[in-house]
Amino acid sequence: MSKAEILAAIQRNKPVDVELPAPFVPGPADKQDFRESFSGMVNQIGGQVLSVENWAAIETYVHQHFRSDERIVTTIEGLKPAFENVDPTADPHDLADVSLAILPGHFGVAENAAVWLSDGQLGIRVLPFICQHLVIVLKQDSLLANMHEAYDRIGKDRQGFGVFIAGPSKTADIEQSLVIGAHGARSLLVFLLK
Amino acid sequence: MKVALFIPCYVDQFYPKAAIATLKLLQALGIEPVYPSGQTCCGQPMSNSGFEHLSTGCNKLFIENFADFDYIVSPSGSCVLHIKEHLRDDAKPETAKHIRHNTYELVEFLTDVLKVEQLRARFPYRVGLHQSCHGQRGLHLSQMSELVAPAFSKPMQLLQMVEGIELINLSRSDECCGFGGTFCVAEEAVSAKMGQDRVADHIKHDAEYITSSDMSCLMHMEGILKRRKSAVKVLHIAEILNAK
Amino acid sequence: MSKPEKDHAALSDVFTRDTDRVDWHDETLWWIRAKRDNAAHQLPEWELLREQASQIKENVLSRLDSYLLEFEVQAEKNGIILHWAKDAATHNQIVYDILQRKGLKHMVKSKSMLTEECHLNEFLEEKGVEVIDSDLGERIVQLAKEPPSHIVLPCIHKKKEEIGEIFSQHLGTPAGISDPKILTETARNHLRQVFLTRKVALTGVNFAVAETGEFVVCTNEGNADMGAHLSEVHIAAMGIEKIIPKRKHLGVFLRLLTRSATGQPITTYSSHYAKPRAGQEMHLILVDNGRSAQLGRADFRNSLKCIRCGACMNTCPVYRRSGGHSYHTAIAGPIGSILAPNLDMEKYADLPFASTLCGSCSNVCPVKIDIHNQLYKWRQVIVKAGYVDSKKVAAMKLMSFTLSNTARFVMAGKAGRMVLKYAPFAVNNSQNVWYKQREMPEPPEMSFRAWYKKHGNNE
Repeated sequence: MSKAEILAAIQRNKPVDVELPAPFVPGPADKQDFRESFSGMVNQIGGQVLSVENWAAIETYVHQHFRSDERIVTTIEGLKPAFENVDPTADPHDLADVSLAILPGHFGVAENAAVWLSDGQLGIRVLPFICQHLVIVLKQDSLLANMHEAYDRIGKDRQGFGVFIAGPSKTADIEQSLVIGAHGARSLLVFLLK
Repeated sequence: MKVALFIPCYVDQFYPKAAIATLKLLQALGIEPVYPSGQTCCGQPMSNSGFEHLSTGCNKLFIENFADFDYIVSPSGSCVLHIKEHLRDDAKPETAKHIRHNTYELVEFLTDVLKVEQLRARFPYRVGLHQSCHGQRGLHLSQMSELVAPAFSKPMQLLQMVEGIELINLSRSDECCGFGGTFCVAEEAVSAKMGQDRVADHIKHDAEYITSSDMSCLMHMEGILKRRKSAVKVLHIAEILNAK
Repeated sequence: MSKPEKDHAALSDVFTRDTDRVDWHDETLWWIRAKRDNAAHQLPEWELLREQASQIKENVLSRLDSYLLEFEVQAEKNGIILHWAKDAATHNQIVYDILQRKGLKHMVKSKSMLTEECHLNEFLEEKGVEVIDSDLGERIVQLAKEPPSHIVLPCIHKKKEEIGEIFSQHLGTPAGISDPKILTETARNHLRQVFLTRKVALTGVNFAVAETGEFVVCTNEGNADMGAHLSEVHIAAMGIEKIIPKRKHLGVFLRLLTRSATGQPITTYSSHYAKPRAGQEMHLILVDNGRSAQLGRADFRNSLKCIRCGACMNTCPVYRRSGGHSYHTAIAGPIGSILAPNLDMEKYADLPFASTLCGSCSNVCPVKIDIHNQLYKWRQVIVKAGYVDSKKVAAMKLMSFTLSNTARFVMAGKAGRMVLKYAPFAVNNSQNVWYKQREMPEPPEMSFRAWYKKHGNNE
């Protein structure tokens, strides 16, 4: 039986015990307001950041940039009146024709522009990947310095699925030419909401 | 201090000028090195090829010749690294250890032990420095480009004391030249290509001379330079630091 | 257990003949190394992170059994079905059994070098299962019927015109197209249909967390997620060494991984899978396939710290000029050369010698594997095991005999110089491998020791 064999082999062969190192403590961040560094990094990796005061501003933006016949869905409470709501019990395949998904993020990470989203915010897991365009809304004060702070923030949450999304999908597999828009969303816009 | 001169086997036989320059350079700095005449080779060619077990003869001979010195100095980064990492004799472990801890490559001997601040040398030419891998990544003669760490370069430090010298920049500051011991013939195609690329980098930046702490790298690059009938010459760093 | 038809030296000899192509391959990969350098230099704490990652992985290797058991408990609590596979054949059979039980014959697969190692695709195809690789680079080499040449950049060896040709042949694009945007868009549409119709998806695993029973899959394309979240069955294949102790350790590894691999601060998607979605089956296969054996080799066990970033390949001057296929194994380059001999020492005896031991690899490795030292040590093992050419053995014995005695050495040196001086044709010919592309050194009048004997310490 493979399990017993594998474990026996490991027990026979493993080296003398080595303790875990003392936890890594990143240096103190230069500043606490990461809007500038986060935005700069999002831009660097092919996404966009806009600061807004309220939900109305987001609605206006979406109406200006997407046609009325494009399917736009959201899981955000504040935008539910304005756009189609995602039914978490629906078949994920039904989302194949979604043009734009507007989702809330837990927080953003300044060092790499990653935004953390999990099951409750996604509605249906495939949504941020299957949509053609992705908009994520973050509270302005939910930006963190780096991944260590990110995992501190996630803490002991036992979400079924979570994902860091950093920018639009991309590939450079063809002669290292960067192409934005591989299999996931073709674009990413992050709204920083006051 | 009792200083011995350890001259790599192929430098002794094919590039004596590098050894003579090393001797004269040390003399100019007030050292009277002894050249134990029984020495042959550090054993690296066998060891790096997987035949470490055939290097015991070389180890014994090395220890016999170099046991009684305070410092052993050699104009070769790779030979010195080999001694520091691999010299052993189970019959004389303390002697072997003493030798391992007191063997120095020439450049590091000058900067770290003699703490040389000036040299009476003149070499008004455009010179490219080839950072040999064993010297750089093994002996830390200079900072490697892979690490996020402060820059420094002991060979550059010394070369900058030479009057009239013009040190060129390279596109790839520390890529391997491709010699690699028996690699140079066992993987001839890649070895030659690596050497051609190294040489091309120096030529692109208008080097008149290519220098290094390792004659093995230079021998390989010289072979390529001559094949392409280039006017660029190779010169061991000892010869430049001793140039008048 | 058998010698390959052509070893690394022979395959590289072919690869290097097209000088323009070698230059292109070399410059492309060097550029990626340069991007890695830029990214690393953005973090002043980079070297501390490497040390941290290295120590975490050393802890993992020393407690591998207990972390795997902890992971199993947590993963099963999450609803993941766990399997253990001692070797490639067992792994492949487990995948097939899952498919069979569900009556599935069409699978979509995202990047998994482990499945390359196990030759999963071939195994399944022989049994009538269609496997489609969804990573763009992997899809390209799949259509070209080749293995990937790089663990992160599968078709780095292919030019865009060649890719255009492949798409034209297999995906119906007009001939002559080579614009990466158009080709990528074609692949997007083609693979979107695959994602929407396949009921089973297989992904790799970048990291598995013992503490929480979750696993992480990192992609730029989003292909792993498209496959997994649309499937009824998600199978994840994982080498047992991919386990890490705590979730917070992901902070260290995710900061190092992509910066080392491509110079990006992080991949577009870092997906944390813990529980299957409602109605879905999630399987994870823990694969040994030689890893526990490597664990027992004191000199080589640290190769198991590898997080498969590919930085060693990008920096290796030999890999850049010989290409991944010259290593004739799933995982090429420096890390491949210290992993493969454990799997089949005779077949991969050539790989540890495909190196100048320059040490660049060890210094870009995010988990500080002492790759170049292990290459040196593998050479000793392979020679002792008898897997080197008998001619080489004879030559080395002669060299050792000559160099270990002063008189013999002096005589040999003199003889060498005499030949070079008086009978250069004896060495300057096609029998002399050095002479193919290099001139021999000029023979000096006398050796240094002869000069010293004459002049002593005086002028």
